[in-house]
Amino acid sequence: MDFLNGITLIANYILIPGLTYGSQLALGALGITMIYTVLRFSNFAHGELMSFGAMSSILLTWLFSDLGISAGILPTAIIILPIAIIITIVYCLIIDKFVFRFYRQQKSKSVITLIVSIGVMFFSGGLIRFIIGPGDKNFFDGERFILKAKTFKAFTGLNEGLAIKTTQGITIILTIILVALLFWFLNKTKTGKSMRAYSDNQDLALLSGINPERVVLITWIITGTLACVAGTLYGLDKSYKPFTYLHLVLPIFASAIVGGVGNPVGAIIGGFVIAFSELIITFAYKKIFFYLIPNEFTPNGLLQILSTDYKIAVSFVILVLVLLIKPTGIYKGKVI
Amino acid sequence: MQNKNHIFNLFCCMFFMFLLVGFFQSWNLALTIFNLCIISSIMSLGINIQWGNAGIVNFGVMGFAALGGLANVIISMPPTNKAWETGGIYIILGLTIFIVSIIFSVVLWKRTAFSNKQKYLITIFIITFSYFLMRYIIDTPIKAIESIEPAKTGYLGGFNLPVIISWPIGGLLAALTAYLIGKIALGLRSDYLAIATLGISEIIIYVLKNEDWLSRGVKNVNGLPRPVPYEIELQSKPWVTEIANLTKTSIPEMSSIIVKVSYSLLFVTILIVILFLLEVALKSPWGRMMRAIRDNEVSANAMGKDIKKRHLQVFIIGSAIIGIAGAMLTTLDGQFTPVSYQPLRFTFLVWIMVIIGGSGNNFGSVIGGFIIWFFWIQSEPIGLWLVSFITSQISDSNLVKIHLLENAAHMRLMFMGIILLATLRFAPKGLIPEEKR
Repeated sequence: MDFLNGITLIANYILIPGLTYGSQLALGALGITMIYTVLRFSNFAHGELMSFGAMSSILLTWLFSDLGISAGILPTAIIILPIAIIITIVYCLIIDKFVFRFYRQQKSKSVITLIVSIGVMFFSGGLIRFIIGPGDKNFFDGERFILKAKTFKAFTGLNEGLAIKTTQGITIILTIILVALLFWFLNKTKTGKSMRAYSDNQDLALLSGINPERVVLITWIITGTLACVAGTLYGLDKSYKPFTYLHLVLPIFASAIVGGVGNPVGAIIGGFVIAFSELIITFAYKKIFFYLIPNEFTPNGLLQILSTDYKIAVSFVILVLVLLIKPTGIYKGKVI
Repeated sequence: MQNKNHIFNLFCCMFFMFLLVGFFQSWNLALTIFNLCIISSIMSLGINIQWGNAGIVNFGVMGFAALGGLANVIISMPPTNKAWETGGIYIILGLTIFIVSIIFSVVLWKRTAFSNKQKYLITIFIITFSYFLMRYIIDTPIKAIESIEPAKTGYLGGFNLPVIISWPIGGLLAALTAYLIGKIALGLRSDYLAIATLGISEIIIYVLKNEDWLSRGVKNVNGLPRPVPYEIELQSKPWVTEIANLTKTSIPEMSSIIVKVSYSLLFVTILIVILFLLEVALKSPWGRMMRAIRDNEVSANAMGKDIKKRHLQVFIIGSAIIGIAGAMLTTLDGQFTPVSYQPLRFTFLVWIMVIIGGSGNNFGSVIGGFIIWFFWIQSEPIGLWLVSFITSQISDSNLVKIHLLENAAHMRLMFMGIILLATLRFAPKGLIPEEKR
């Protein structure tokens, strides 16, 4: 029984939050990876793209709840997601047309494009705050929990409860669907193959008659979709604040780099590695030891490796360590 | 020669802007902006020598500036004697053990002939072991220190020295950190280096936010001593009253203007010294070598230049300059607030200054610092004016108008983005392009 209690505790505080946060990071990292492999620059504006997606979802949610449309037990954000995605994609394409295309045609160095993306980051950040304001917005509606801690306790008779929030469930399921679609697209369709060919060797791809503008267009469509979904899910799960998305850029970059920049599988693995290490390192293990070890041996402290204040710093430490020891990441990506 | 005229004109324009602010808003505001402009200029000089002259992408401005701020606390605050008695020794002991173990593992890594796998295992073992040993030694004393009058002290305090010493010390602290970062991260290419330095600077801020025994964390250190007299002291001086009467301003306003002018004089002196040193350095053979390395690493390497060492050198110099500026900023604020260090305000804004001013030209960075900081502050009123101008036809009770007016202050980010994008697109060399030598 004690053993089961311990397991439940880990599932409740590490496994489920880790899967959720990991999914959000993975979706973000996939976006960065797509841009990096095809357009060859590190997109610092990706956090703001996510924020833009989340903002569109919020505005549409407000609109729909004014119209009296809701998704029942699910949050309204789910039904408006396709429209929000389209808005984000349009925004990405406008940015690309007016900003990034010029540098692509000039064949600028990747550092220059990186600085350009910082300009886009500033502009988008300002635009978002101008439209929706800097405050905290909570746009979650519908049933809060899939599984309540109380129900779980009553059902199993354990001391520890296991709670699954609706947002957590949605995040994990949507991520699985999106990732499956993305991999099917990249590996099975002709367009996906042409994209991979283009990212592998641009000159050769041009010679074989692949239209570069089309590849770029599709890349932005994929990136916009991923950014919008990731941003909306993050906003649903925590709460939406334009400010937090700037701070999300670094963990996302960390995920992409840990997994290996330029490798989609790596981006997903990296997201989960970052999410779980943040949780594992800052978790207070006292309660688990309380269940697993006879009481008289239980130590006094909280048994935390690092205090929870350092949660996000953990991802930066991992990022730096990976850059130093194995800059190519877990799955060998491209070395910048 | 044309370049010199151009620089002169730009600085005149800037001076004129300050006069405008002085006449139409207030002289106090003009001087506040001016002081911060100088600090921004010094920071962008630090980035300029790294990016403009050596091609190193350093996104860690925030971290180095914060270290300069920390130097203020360590140098100028009075020591908390009780804290030192309860646990100072233990903390020093714990940190020493951890640092020695890291040095030991670095030596082990470089000097021994173990296989890579063995090295990893040994290093991980040593560092984990010493980490937990350190935590065991310092955890209790830290709690004890933080519980000593937490509302007032709750930290170790500093050395109670004049605050002006903290400026060079801040530079030194930043230089030391830059040495460590450079040693491990400079091998990375541009994009990765940018992300790595950004990450490291975030880690520095996290440490400053959470290690209360060192910097009081989010409780801030208030009441840092000043290198200039206090307003209250000035107000009782007869000569201040005389000047105030002559210029027809109130005595409190005059005293705060005098304080700000004395800060300005101090800062301008430092700016001129740093600018002079940098100009000399860049005109010397050393500067030529740096540019050669920037333009073509391979050929510079073939000519026998030690690229790694030069990069490390310039990284340290630039970071030290940022550290000095960070220390000056904290002295000007009079308090050390770790929460106020945001990458947007420090790192990215300083980068915009360098790009706009003209990377590779020191005068460009100075004018870039002035212009961007000026607009960063003034874009709030400008944005408000712009929005009310555009919406002037709409009635005042319109919800959209109210919303837009409320959020107009956030136009500054948009302005900055547009300025940066426009510069990169239409004048990628900046306002004052790099001199052709």
